[in-house]
Amino acid sequence: MTLDSPPATAPPPDADTDGGKARTRPGDRIFSGLARGSGITLLVIMAAIAVFLTWQASIALAENQGNFLTTFEWNVNADPPVFGIAVLAFGTIVSSIIAMVLAVPVSIGIALYISHYAPRKLAAPLAYVVDLLAAVPSIVYGLWGALFLVPHLTGLYLWMDDYLGWTGVFAYEGGAARSLFTAGILLAIMILPVVSNVSREVFRQAPKMHEEAALALGATRWEVIRMSVLPFGRSGVISASMLGLGRALGETMAVATVLSPSFLIDPSLLDPGGGTFAQNIAASFKEVSPAGVGREALIASGLVLFVITLLVNGLARLIIARRKDYSGANA
Amino acid sequence: MKLQRTNRLRALAAGALAVSGALVLTACGSDDNTGNGGAAEKAVNNIKCDGQGNLLASGSSAQKNAMDVWVRNYQAACEQTQINYKPTGSGAGVQEFLQGKTAFAGTDSALEPGEVKQSKKVCKKGQGIDLPMVGGPIAVGYNLPGVEDLALDAETLAKIFDSKIKTWDDPAIKKLNPDADLPSTKIQAFHRSDDSGTTDNFTKYLNSAAPDAWKYEPAKKWAAKGGQSASGSSGVATNVKQNEGAIGYFELSYASGNNIPAVALDTGAGEPVEATTANASKAIAEAEIVGKGKDLTLELNYQTKAEGAYPMVLVTYEVVCDTGNAKETLPATKSFLKYAASEDGQKALAEIDYAPMPDEIISKVRKTIDGLA
Repeated sequence: MTLDSPPATAPPPDADTDGGKARTRPGDRIFSGLARGSGITLLVIMAAIAVFLTWQASIALAENQGNFLTTFEWNVNADPPVFGIAVLAFGTIVSSIIAMVLAVPVSIGIALYISHYAPRKLAAPLAYVVDLLAAVPSIVYGLWGALFLVPHLTGLYLWMDDYLGWTGVFAYEGGAARSLFTAGILLAIMILPVVSNVSREVFRQAPKMHEEAALALGATRWEVIRMSVLPFGRSGVISASMLGLGRALGETMAVATVLSPSFLIDPSLLDPGGGTFAQNIAASFKEVSPAGVGREALIASGLVLFVITLLVNGLARLIIARRKDYSGANA
Repeated sequence: MKLQRTNRLRALAAGALAVSGALVLTACGSDDNTGNGGAAEKAVNNIKCDGQGNLLASGSSAQKNAMDVWVRNYQAACEQTQINYKPTGSGAGVQEFLQGKTAFAGTDSALEPGEVKQSKKVCKKGQGIDLPMVGGPIAVGYNLPGVEDLALDAETLAKIFDSKIKTWDDPAIKKLNPDADLPSTKIQAFHRSDDSGTTDNFTKYLNSAAPDAWKYEPAKKWAAKGGQSASGSSGVATNVKQNEGAIGYFELSYASGNNIPAVALDTGAGEPVEATTANASKAIAEAEIVGKGKDLTLELNYQTKAEGAYPMVLVTYEVVCDTGNAKETLPATKSFLKYAASEDGQKALAEIDYAPMPDEIISKVRKTIDGLA
């Protein structure tokens, strides 16, 4: 006991908090204040956006003569105005789902290749090129899509129509491929860098011990990835996908440039037509007559997009929270 | 082609500058005694300058190119006046005029009764009037390699744009073009996705010339279902050029600018009528002035069968007050509009694929401009 005297002479390690606030350093206080302020500011901004959107939307909804959720029309300059978001919600969600289906597997492939397969000399430049994809402005993707991708997709769509046309979803009548599916392909390319970059970082952090243990047990490289890398990275990949989905849901210019906007829901995803929230806002904003509620109506559609994005993010959090318990990394 | 056009404009402007420069030099000796706060009245390129300062105007984008040329020529002659025409679209232009923000507005459709009523607030002791200044043929461009000189009538056009006729070898089209080798390609009809005066006038024509085939109310927003859409005349033109089997409507300058062949209209006249500025002027001459008082609103005769008259036209107006224009801008407004309505001003239109107003109408416009107060 006498050997353990230091605690008696020196102040205990947590004396700073016990001994009163006078000992807190000013730098700590300033920094914690700034950090807390930033957090609060973020909440205030989000709340302000929500309040503004709701307030403006309520003005438009009061004037709307159609059902906001089910009307297949966007006629805000008419008197009385008639508009609904059915087509926009369908187009936004469908084009984003197509983008996810196409982009996520490819992104995971890219991420695994860069983090586990590629020789180091190739991995770095490859990662750099994928990063570059994210730096291309969306309007450039849009122009590329409209001038190059659309004319070159006709062949693929005719082929899809031949073999999958019976589903109705992939029926194609010919004509310019300015459809939701084309928008989905474009969105897939646009979200590729986001999803693959985040996934790559997660895969890189997979515990080396697990991988080496698996190798020591005689696993092949694919078995190593399946047993130790993928389970560890699962929640990270989901987060990455959600980041990408957020971008796909809100993408504006690329979709507006490539789509042939219409207010009909076509069962075929390959035939031209459809619309998304952001595309409709970009295209209709300049048409709005200052007298009517056109601007407020667009804001109301923006509110729906806001809510959809919130729901999607919430869902992703739920999935991640559930998966965490089963994740191999935390076992 | 766009390059070419700007080059031509530049050449025009340069020419106007050269002429004005020469005249300024020769005018040095003469005494200028007109007062008006130092605004010298000069006759350059037959332009009589008057007033000074900024002249704000806004409205129809359909007449933007015409305005650009007029403004350039006018300003080359009259340096004291800065004219700023913003192509914000007809609706916004009229609104700004009614709020007293602009000296005049450009619009594709004449003022509605409610707007005339509102204009009495801005125009003291007067009201807003419409002056037809710029006409233009709407061309129906198509992309069908191997088929030249395609002729269609209003009914067939209406059915094509309403997705009732779906292939190019349809009997209705064959009947109008017995000599053409029509393929069985699917028709892709392109319309405007944005609200547009071009759509309004195009559907007005269809509705009036083929009421049985086109039952939708003419409006700025495309009413029919089906077909494909694109934003702006340039968007429609690009898509027509890109897609085999496509057909779309836009101002004539987009057809000639992109080398897109335009449909000749079978109006019932002896020969199908080509979309040209001269033919459009002939059809506008068939119009009737329905405006009351000083208002010169036109009612176009879409059913005309006159030889060489192309009835699918668009007429855009300038909106000003008959009396009660703002004192500061009145002299400049009058002088600018006078130039625009003058022979030179109208002649400049044909060079950029707009149709000059026929003599009978433009002479009335000139008289009305003289009487503005």
